[in-house]
Amino acid sequence: MTAPRLAGVPILRLGDVLVTGLLNELDDGAAVAFTEELTERISGSSARGVLIDISRLEIIDSFVARTLMELTTVARLLGARVIVAGMRPPVAITLVELGIELVGVETALNAEQGLAALGWRQAPDPVEGSRRGAGR
Amino acid sequence: MRVTTSEAAVRERLTRALRERDAEIADRWVELQLEQALLGTDISEAELREEADALIDALVSGLESGVPVDRVVTSHTGLHEAVVRLSMRRARGGATPTVTSLAVLALKEALLKAVQRETRDAEELFASAVFINRLMDAAGALSFETYVEGREDIIRRQSQQLMELSTPVVRLWRQVLAVPLIGTLDTARTQVVMENLLQAIQDHEALVAIVDITGVPTVDTAVAQHLMQTVNAVRLMGADCVISGVRPSIAQTIAQLGIDLSAILTRATLADALAAAIKLIDGPGPDGDDGESR
Repeated sequence: MTAPRLAGVPILRLGDVLVTGLLNELDDGAAVAFTEELTERISGSSARGVLIDISRLEIIDSFVARTLMELTTVARLLGARVIVAGMRPPVAITLVELGIELVGVETALNAEQGLAALGWRQAPDPVEGSRRGAGR
Repeated sequence: MRVTTSEAAVRERLTRALRERDAEIADRWVELQLEQALLGTDISEAELREEADALIDALVSGLESGVPVDRVVTSHTGLHEAVVRLSMRRARGGATPTVTSLAVLALKEALLKAVQRETRDAEELFASAVFINRLMDAAGALSFETYVEGREDIIRRQSQQLMELSTPVVRLWRQVLAVPLIGTLDTARTQVVMENLLQAIQDHEALVAIVDITGVPTVDTAVAQHLMQTVNAVRLMGADCVISGVRPSIAQTIAQLGIDLSAILTRATLADALAAAIKLIDGPGPDGDDGESR
């Protein structure tokens, strides 16, 4: 796989689910590169689900919102389900006030619940343990 | 030209009178206020005296600054502040605006009396009276304005408190939150409700949020719009939203207005909504999707 420009964030494969995230310093070029790389990875690994964590995003402009909606559509065409996880409250309020409702994009409260919704499960004990660790 | 020189002279005389007879003027002013019952609040004589000294000091520095008399009260910082502080204090104490500005205006008489001791010339006294009037009328007006601002500030703070009081987010069940809304849902309240609710969703990792509108008197298109916004924001966070407390009359209004709430799960009572919420959490199973299928 030869991508001309890498997205800057890792795209991890956990079984048939791809896990990735977006960082705050996301310019338009990086967003395009991210879309391209992710699309290639979905078709290359025949993934069934994609989890995009956006808990680091402090702002979502209309371009990023459109990128997310397009990604969802593209992934659906390739047979994968996209879940956007961890949107911050101020971001959600801003999006609603701008009238951008991310139509068709599935959301989850955090990465863990997003993964659960995608049917990706770990043994219960480690999950509990890691969650408690992260909570502190 | 003659006017300005005489005004300068009048100004100088008044400044001198203020500086030399400050105690006398302050005494007279306090006396006048007590006599005419211009306090409207229980303020001690010592405090009055303190206020008077502060204002007279500010007047001296204001007059010495050379700012024209029409603008000195508004543009000289020290004087402006002294008048504002005095009026604010009275306003907080519950005095009426009329009484407060009359109290400020009573200083005129005390000033005139002081000038009278300096000169006996009728023309000079007249010029001084005009000057003092122009100076103190501005102070009276500023006092009134400050009073109104002070009251508005109190009203603003109270409505803010009311808003926060009336929009609590409660945890009803594991991963189920509820917001009982009381009163009309306007734009400002929607904002507060959304912020509180979304933050609580994040903190409690809630999966379902119930918005109870039993206490909302009427639902018009604007309120419906605000409800939709809240629901959408909750969904963007990855949780589900149920609206409960839809009274029959409100349901009729919604239908008559043609408001489309079909994308939102609604229930008649909070109890029904809680049952629906619990079903939403337990029901879909490990890979059932939440929200999009409805």
